[in-house]
Amino acid sequence: MTVLEYAKAAGHRVLSSPEAAARREITGCYICDLLSWAMGRCRSGDMWITVQNNLNVAAVAALTDAACVLIPEGIEADPALVEKAGAQEVVILSGQGTSYEIACNLKDAMAQWN
Amino acid sequence: MQGRGFGSGNTVTLHYDVDAGDFSSAGEASANLKRTLKQLGFPPEVVRRATIAMYEGEINMFIHAGGGVADVEITPDEIRIKLVDSGPGIPDIALAMQKGYSTASELAREMGFGAGMGLPNMQSYTDELIVESQVGKGTSISMLVRVGGSSAQ
Repeated sequence: MTVLEYAKAAGHRVLSSPEAAARREITGCYICDLLSWAMGRCRSGDMWITVQNNLNVAAVAALTDAACVLIPEGIEADPALVEKAGAQEVVILSGQGTSYEIACNLKDAMAQWN
Repeated sequence: MQGRGFGSGNTVTLHYDVDAGDFSSAGEASANLKRTLKQLGFPPEVVRRATIAMYEGEINMFIHAGGGVADVEITPDEIRIKLVDSGPGIPDIALAMQKGYSTASELAREMGFGAGMGLPNMQSYTDELIVESQVGKGTSISMLVRVGGSSAQ
C-alpha cells in the first residue's frame, strides 16, 4: 500500500512530496517524539507519527528512510518543515485523531490491503 | 568495486563545515553525505548507518560545541567519518555514552533533541567509534562503517 493510497483511504492530507507519496510503500509504523530516539528506531518504510513539528523532523525522516511522517491531532504543520520536506522528497501527512487511533487505523488498512 | 561511481580513483573525500547557525541548517552535511553515498551505489543499509551516525555527530557539534568540521573518506569497502570541534569537551565519556544521559539545553529539548541517544546511536550504527575529548579544548570523534558490517540494533 503506497502512502498516497493510505492517505486517501484514511482521509489524511498530503502536505509535501505527492510524487514520493505515490511511490513509497508503507510497511510499518513508528511513534515517537524524541528525534534521536526515532533516529535510532524508526525503520525504512515506516510511517512515523510525531507531534514534533519542526525542520529537523524532515532530516530524521530522510535519513531513516521513513515512508512518510504523519502529524496527528490536526496539528498545523510548520510551513518551514513542509518546505524542507518537499526539498528532500519527504512526505508529510496531516491527520485527525490521536497517534494511537491513527496507528490502529493504519493497521486495519494494511490488513485489508494485503 | 565494480558498479560504483568511484571513477578512476578509489577514494572519495568530503569536507563539511558545520556552522552553529539556527536549527534550519542542522543536518545538511548528513543530507549531502546521503546523496553522495547513494550516487556511489552503496547498499541502502550502509547509507542509512553512515548517515545516521553522521547526523548524530553533526547535531552534537551543533548543540554542544558551536559547530565544528567533518571529514569523510569513502572507499568501496568502508566509510570513515571524523568530526572535530573546539567545544567544551566531555568530562566523563563513559557517562555520555549511556543511553538517556544528556546535557542538551532547553531550546535543544524543545526542538526534540536531548533524548540522550546521540552517542549510543553512533555506537550502535558504526563498526568502530572512538571518542577523544579534552575539557575546555574540544572533542574528536572517529567512526567507521564497513560495507558488510552490521548495526547493533
